Parts: sequence; C-alpha cells; structure tokens
Amino acid sequence: MNMSQKITSYPGHEITPEDVREGKYLDVVYKFEPKYSWAAGVAISRFLAELKEGRIIARKCMRCERILVPPRMYCEQCFRPTDEWIQVKDTGTVNTYSISHVGTDARRLKTPILVAVVDLDRATPGMGILHNLGEVEPSKIKVGMKVKAVWKSSSERQGAITDIRYFKPIGD
Amino acid sequence: MKNRVAIVGAGMTLFRRRMLESPKELSFEATRMALDSAGLELKDIQSVVSGSAPDAFDGMHMKGEYLLDGTGGIGKPNQRVYVGGGTGVFTPIGGWWNVASGMYDTCLCVAEEKMSPLHPHPQYAFWSIFDQILERPLGTTLLWIFSLEMRRYMHKYGIKEEEIASVAVKNKGNAVDHPCAQLGAKITVEDVMNSEPICWPVKRLDVSPPSDGAAAVVLASEKVAKKLTDQPVWLDGVGWTLDSTHWTNRDLAYPEYVEKAAWMAYKMAGIKKPRKEIDIAEVYDPFDYKELHHMEGLQLAGKGEAPQMAVDGVTQRDGDLPVCPSGGLLGVGNPIAAAGMMKICEVFWQLRGEAGKRQVKKDARTGLAQAWGDLMQVGTVAVMRS
Repeated sequence: MNMSQKITSYPGHEITPEDVREGKYLDVVYKFEPKYSWAAGVAISRFLAELKEGRIIARKCMRCERILVPPRMYCEQCFRPTDEWIQVKDTGTVNTYSISHVGTDARRLKTPILVAVVDLDRATPGMGILHNLGEVEPSKIKVGMKVKAVWKSSSERQGAITDIRYFKPIGD
Repeated sequence: MKNRVAIVGAGMTLFRRRMLESPKELSFEATRMALDSAGLELKDIQSVVSGSAPDAFDGMHMKGEYLLDGTGGIGKPNQRVYVGGGTGVFTPIGGWWNVASGMYDTCLCVAEEKMSPLHPHPQYAFWSIFDQILERPLGTTLLWIFSLEMRRYMHKYGIKEEEIASVAVKNKGNAVDHPCAQLGAKITVEDVMNSEPICWPVKRLDVSPPSDGAAAVVLASEKVAKKLTDQPVWLDGVGWTLDSTHWTNRDLAYPEYVEKAAWMAYKMAGIKKPRKEIDIAEVYDPFDYKELHHMEGLQLAGKGEAPQMAVDGVTQRDGDLPVCPSGGLLGVGNPIAAAGMMKICEVFWQLRGEAGKRQVKKDARTGLAQAWGDLMQVGTVAVMRS
C-alpha cells in the first residue's frame, strides 16, 4: 500500500493511549486563564438593553429594506449606515434544530441541549438567531414549528441573550 | 497571469490522533518529502507559504513564525494564511499568488496541525469562534453548526440519514488503502446509523476525527517545472470567497460562498461544465453530509441531488465522478490545515497515475480539491490538470 508509488516510507510516530497511561512520553502541562471584558458595541448594547426589558430589537436598512437581527449599525450588503430601530416579535419559526448530547468541551451531557435557529416574526425572512428550545419532547420538534420566547422574570433579567430562557412551541 | 503554475512535488506525514513529533518536526518531515519528490533542495526554494488553523489548538500564538524552522522559511519571503478549515487549500492558493504573479519561480507550501495538545478535547478551542455575546452563553459546541446545517439540508430536499451515511462508508473504506490514514475501515450504513448520536442528526461515525499531521507541496513556474519533471500537475484555477459570520441569517441548505469560489476557479481554468469536465474531486468532508453539500456548491451535482449520486455509486473510485478517493477527512483524518493540503496531494498523485491501490479507474486528467471552514463561511477551491 503506497501513498504514491514513488514513496515507500511514511514519517511520524504515533503516541497511543497506552503510551500516555504508561507515561512513555514527556509532556509539559500549562493552563492559560485570561479574563476578557468585551464592549458589546453600539448595536448589541441596545439589543441587550431591550432584552432586559423583555423586547427584541432589530435595525432596518432603508435601501435594501432588510430588517436585521442581530442588529447592526451598518448594512453589510449596501455598505451604508442602517436607518432605524424596529421592534420584532418574540415569536418565530424553527428554521433548523439539533439535539446536542455534548457540551462545549465535548463532554457528554446527562440531559441533551435542544438547540435551534429561530427565524423571528417581523424580521426579514431567514433572519434567524441561535437559541435553545424548551417545554418540548425532542422527538416532537419539527422544522417549521411556531415558537415563542420564554423570558426570565424582569428581576432576573440582566441584559443578556440568556434573558430568554428558551423558545417553546405554540399552536399554529 | 505572468506564470502558469505547476505542482512538482508532494509529501505528508502519518495522520494520527496524537503524534510524538512537535509541530516543527511534523512540518519538516512533510516538507522534506515534498522537496525530495520534486528533486529540489531548500536553496532552490524562493518563497514559503505556511498554513495552520486555530492557534488555540497548540496554545501558541504566532504559529506561522513558530513553524518557520520546519517549513523551510528562515530568511525567505514567508507568509502564513489562515481561513479555518479552508486553510489547507488556501495555502497552495497563497503559493499560487507568489508564482503566478511572476515574483518567484519556486514556492514551498506547508500545512501543519496538532489538535492533540488541547484538553479535555480539541473541540473546546472551537468555542471561541462563536459570537462572544450572543452565542457562547448558550453553551455552544462546534458540532452545532454542522448538526443544524445537516438538519436544514435534509429538510429542504427530503434527504435521509442513511443516504448521507453512505458517504462515511465510502470514505472510510477508501482510506483502508491510504498508508497514512487514521481511520480506514470497512463499515456499513447500519454501523453509522447505530453509532452514538452526539449531536443529532450527527452521529459518531458521521464525523471525522481530531488528528495531528502535516502535508506539503512544491510549486514551480512553467519554465522551472518543465526542467524538473515531465509530469507537472498544473494549478490552473484557484478561487476563494467568504460570507459573513452572521451564519444564522444564511440559507443553511446551500453554500453559496462555495459556488462563488468554484466559479472563480472554473473561469480561470476555462471550465464551463464542471460536472462534465472535472474527472475526480477531493471535496471537503469533515462530516459525511458536507461532501454532498459541497458537491452541490461546486456544481458537481444539482441542488439536493448529490445524495442519490452517492447512493448510486457515482462517487466511488470506479464511478463516473470519484469523490475523495483518498478516503478524505472521514478516513485519512482531519488535522485541519494539513487535511486540506492532503487533498491537494491526493489529486497530484491521482493525476500522475501514482496512487497505486487508490488510483481511480477512469483516466483522470482534471481534478479538483476544495476546503471549507471558519464559521461555515469560506470556500477555497483549486483546479488541477495533468
């Protein structure tokens, strides 16, 4: 078996899980624990402030007439400033979804996370946001399903995407 | 273009979950093999382009500078390119600029990746590609963008998981014949369907593994290439485009940015009917559905029609359009940047008729290699001719 008929040996040495367990190779372990403070930006600061009030805000570009969520202060297609703030609904349609059995670092979860792209009502069609689904059996989730945001109470909200706990199904 | 550009040598290391060699050592091994196969020494090389994906895997910033000793770049015009998973094919595109522009007659292109240093799992590094304010707080993992895209693609065209699984079966099977492969195996569609659902619809065997490895090619101008070999492989078309990171605002069923990159490369290579004119394709396959999704973006299949081609065997090594005869990322392994370069290497060996047991049945004259990546937003495409 050749990679190329002209090449007959293949460089590199594998370290097997056994080698690791038996301490057969040397390594150096280092943990990097930086802390960042991100300015949310002009558009997203307003978006987060509106979430705190239980509302979802978008920006509209008058040239292409798109209503953009997440909002941006400039239209990346027309390449000009966007024109106005528009409140969109906290209802929408499941564009796509997934049932995640793994967490951020790929460790297995006891309870799967239900995740979806939700196209929000009153925004331009296809303007979805990433969020979680709740109050639904995983097997009952469908693309095209109508959903509504379930908000934290006003005292719990802090101006974060997690002010919406998740989206839950509503009847058609 | 001032120069027509040829690939005159290729090399790669083993792809494995964890390698003893350091990133520099892996780069050296692949680069040395590429130079040897071109019959050149480092003194003959005028410029160097290196490619490596997220620095977060290694935990070393300025990876291109770090790699320099192993990529042969010391004291030469050197650049590092980076477009996430698209990097492996973008690296020779960067080399192409060097040679096609007339600046240099020879250029080394080296792609390296070690994913193994990061614990508990290399997946963790991908967390930081998501929007830090609106997405990361939701507990994101890279698998989500794939599982969400796969589900949308299935929904749009009524595609079955079993049809998609046939790609994993083909590629892991092809990889059995690749001496550097990490995950070559004879498996069945049932094996894929019964594998652990890690992020449904994505199951364990729908996914390529994390890997360590390196791969390299040597580029030369037509004048130099013709002196070196009577079998140059011409890099006749290159294309690359990016879409926005606002990935939830995009049509997830169709990679328009891949189509744009493909037409840029096809126009340059004078290709008008890709499905008829491309003989073999190393399409980017970090997940089985991605091979199908990309075949459609690359105009090698109609929208929603790639799954049937896979089921019908059209994309097998003995089929009318062999796709991933190497075994792809699913079978050979996925050291991110090196995996895309492995595809360039495979097309090089296939077009020279040197691929041995992996050699496709048809007389392949024109080949394509493609990679994809970042926040599902980049397409990088190379068209090669014997």
